[in-house]
Amino acid sequence: MSEATLQVFIDGVVRYFEHTSDKEVKLGTPYLIDNNAPAAFDYTGIIGVSGPYRGCVYFTAPRALLRHLLLSLGEPETGTENMIDLVGEVANTISGNARSEFGNEFMISVPVVVQGAPDSIHLPKSLRSYVIPVYWKAYSAAVVISLTSY
Amino acid sequence: MLKLMIVDDSNIIRRKIERAQQGSHIQVVATARNGNDALAEFKKHQPDVVTMDLTMPEMDGIECIEELMKLNPETLILVISALSDKATGIEALHKGARGFLCKPFDEEKLGNALKELTEGLHV
Repeated sequence: MSEATLQVFIDGVVRYFEHTSDKEVKLGTPYLIDNNAPAAFDYTGIIGVSGPYRGCVYFTAPRALLRHLLLSLGEPETGTENMIDLVGEVANTISGNARSEFGNEFMISVPVVVQGAPDSIHLPKSLRSYVIPVYWKAYSAAVVISLTSY
Repeated sequence: MLKLMIVDDSNIIRRKIERAQQGSHIQVVATARNGNDALAEFKKHQPDVVTMDLTMPEMDGIECIEELMKLNPETLILVISALSDKATGIEALHKGARGFLCKPFDEEKLGNALKELTEGLHV
């Protein structure tokens, strides 16, 4: 995956958090991980990708970040249902925004949300994924890009 | 008052749009989480304005816009979607949408988009 492709998703993360009341988000240096050990926090929103790129993009975050982010978006209900909704919506927004660069052939699915166990996230074992660390307030989260191009 | 229906599979987004209408000339009369539910709610409540997500389960937003246009082509539809490519925006407009707002959005952008959409309408 090229640096330019990664940058599209980095821009998407920054754009998302800029629309919250606590705008400041910091991103760490992206790194590669093996797909047999996917990184995950408490909740993970996964978007399947098809077209010229295939694989998935996911946003994974701890409960505390999601609770704070809900409040920051003006949403007072911070129960599990809304945390699941939010983690899926963040993944959907970051992936959907990537179409401004990749065009409408970059097809995305509706979000699938998994809780906790990283083994619920099925990634092609032969590939490696890029992790973009996300630091917002006192919390850490990550956007993981697992795509191959055809 | 104009009647608004909000269509989005995210409860958070539906509530965000709903909260933004407090004190405005727009009354939220229905919400729906996919295209199928939206068609049923549309028939019941006959909204003047619809905000429409595109990526939704069961029936997506583009198909739903087509169906809503068959029911009432005068309906003002504002697409609110993360799909930010030009082709998708143009397709939605061809199907009958009157405006496009890209996610993520804030209240100000939403207010401006709805104002632009409903300007000139008798309220």
